[in-house]
Amino acid sequence: MQTIDLALAAAPTHQAMPLRRVLGAYLAEARSECLRYLRAPSFLLPVVLFPTMFYLLFGIVMNHAADPHALTYLLASYGVFGVMSPGLFGFGVSLAMERDNGLLTLKRALPMPPGAYLLGKMLMAMVAAGVVILLLLAMAFGLGHVQLTAGQAGLLLLTGMLGVLPFCAMGMFVGTLVKGQGAPGVLNLIYLPMSFMSGLWIPLSMLPSALQHLSPVWPSTHLHQIALHAVGLGQGSAWPHVLVLLVFGVGFSLLAARRLRRIG
Amino acid sequence: MEHAVAEVASLAGAVKRYGDLTALDGLDLMLHRGELLALLGPNGAGKSTAISLLLGLVRADGGRVQLFGKDPQDIDARRRVGVMLQSAVLPATLSVAELLRLTMSYYPAPRTLDETAELAGIGDLLSRRYAGLSGGQQRRVQFAMALCGRPELLFLDEPTVGMDIEARQKLWAAIRRLVAEGCAIVLTTHYLEEAEALAQRVVVLAKGRVLSDGSVQALRARVARARIRCLSDLDAQAIAQWSHVTSATREGTRLAIQTDAAEHVVRRLLDADPALSELEVLRAGLAEAFTELTRETSTEQEAA
Repeated sequence: MQTIDLALAAAPTHQAMPLRRVLGAYLAEARSECLRYLRAPSFLLPVVLFPTMFYLLFGIVMNHAADPHALTYLLASYGVFGVMSPGLFGFGVSLAMERDNGLLTLKRALPMPPGAYLLGKMLMAMVAAGVVILLLLAMAFGLGHVQLTAGQAGLLLLTGMLGVLPFCAMGMFVGTLVKGQGAPGVLNLIYLPMSFMSGLWIPLSMLPSALQHLSPVWPSTHLHQIALHAVGLGQGSAWPHVLVLLVFGVGFSLLAARRLRRIG
Repeated sequence: MEHAVAEVASLAGAVKRYGDLTALDGLDLMLHRGELLALLGPNGAGKSTAISLLLGLVRADGGRVQLFGKDPQDIDARRRVGVMLQSAVLPATLSVAELLRLTMSYYPAPRTLDETAELAGIGDLLSRRYAGLSGGQQRRVQFAMALCGRPELLFLDEPTVGMDIEARQKLWAAIRRLVAEGCAIVLTTHYLEEAEALAQRVVVLAKGRVLSDGSVQALRARVARARIRCLSDLDAQAIAQWSHVTSATREGTRLAIQTDAAEHVVRRLLDADPALSELEVLRAGLAEAFTELTRETSTEQEAA
């Protein structure tokens, strides 16, 4: 196959791109995105360290109440906290940087198949989210002796890997608004207050009532509810929350796509 | 609907405005198969905009842009094109081989990794991380990425900036090989000697229009201006009156003369002052050539 390709290509005739190679290009792009970020400690360390450190400190070490549910509850909370950052930062910061440093322009000039760039980043964020959840699960089982079924653990992993997507969309939108070095600051201004106000650090019931009423506005509140369902602590149905996140994700994607088309 | 002629890409009456600024003002440009075209011009002349239009990065406000007979935003057209942009920061944590494999995956029938590395002279860099390379090495990797897809048209934007002399000459040799294979190349550069060494055709842009389009010799003939410097006590003001002398000034003990007929003036200088020494004749640099060309057009426009 290889030799035939070469022989044909030696003549200056133009050939169409076979579907197999188009799919290969999507795969290569996704593989490169994953490799490149998982190899970058400046990206991976904060993403992985913050949720695991918080869980270790506030969950496992300082859990004197010996409430059997507390560790499971915090597993869901810090899981959501940890899942948000690869979405917001992996997507938003890298897009903002690459719009600034010429890489996005080069990618647009190259015959990269449509959407491969964004799909690659999505997949990378999903992998990073998966890593965070797996680490938290390992700590919960190994150090916290949390009682979870394999099904519940799997469901939490799935929640994390899919739940990163609305935050990718949000990060992408911010990445189209801010250029270059300003993006991490702006994203932290969203990430940290949103985590607090959606009850990821302190349970919602302990927050002022004004913040409690405001909480349905934040996508993280809804992902938190879904994650609690996954570990068996949910109340009511999880589906309305899934729907809200879907709307969030699609909405921000459309906004970002419109801005990307306009400004490039 | 593709043209049977050897035209690979064209701009016809292309207009591009950025707010109040008109970057391209009805530009006509045609690229031919197997031809190396050097696109020259001062900063802001419209070179980058012209290339951006041909690559489908921006849309023209007017006129027609074609790449292999198609819209440049058509991915099938861009699969026949290779690109090396002036500034692009590539993923630092990927190895050179990984970057090349990724770029190769975008093309229907790319070169092999070995062939690409050999052509671009980066065989020794394949396993290195991109971030660990010197500026010149990074440019060579970007050049390899541009040619790895076996393009029929190659855009090279300031390819040799940051390269040492040896690397630059290797790159020139590779460019010549590609042209010999029938690849069309658009080269933008600030180095006149680079255009001289490589280009069959030179197009000079200014203010978004074509100022001159022809061979390297034709361009040089248009800016046949030279600077003469020497140690002499001849009167500068008197020399300024000589024929073919544009200006003559005294800089301390030295005379500085601008002329469009250096041989003629040098002969007369030597006759007039047998004690003349440290004679230097410099052909106009690219910057002077551009100043000259652009000045000509603006006066023409005023006269019209």
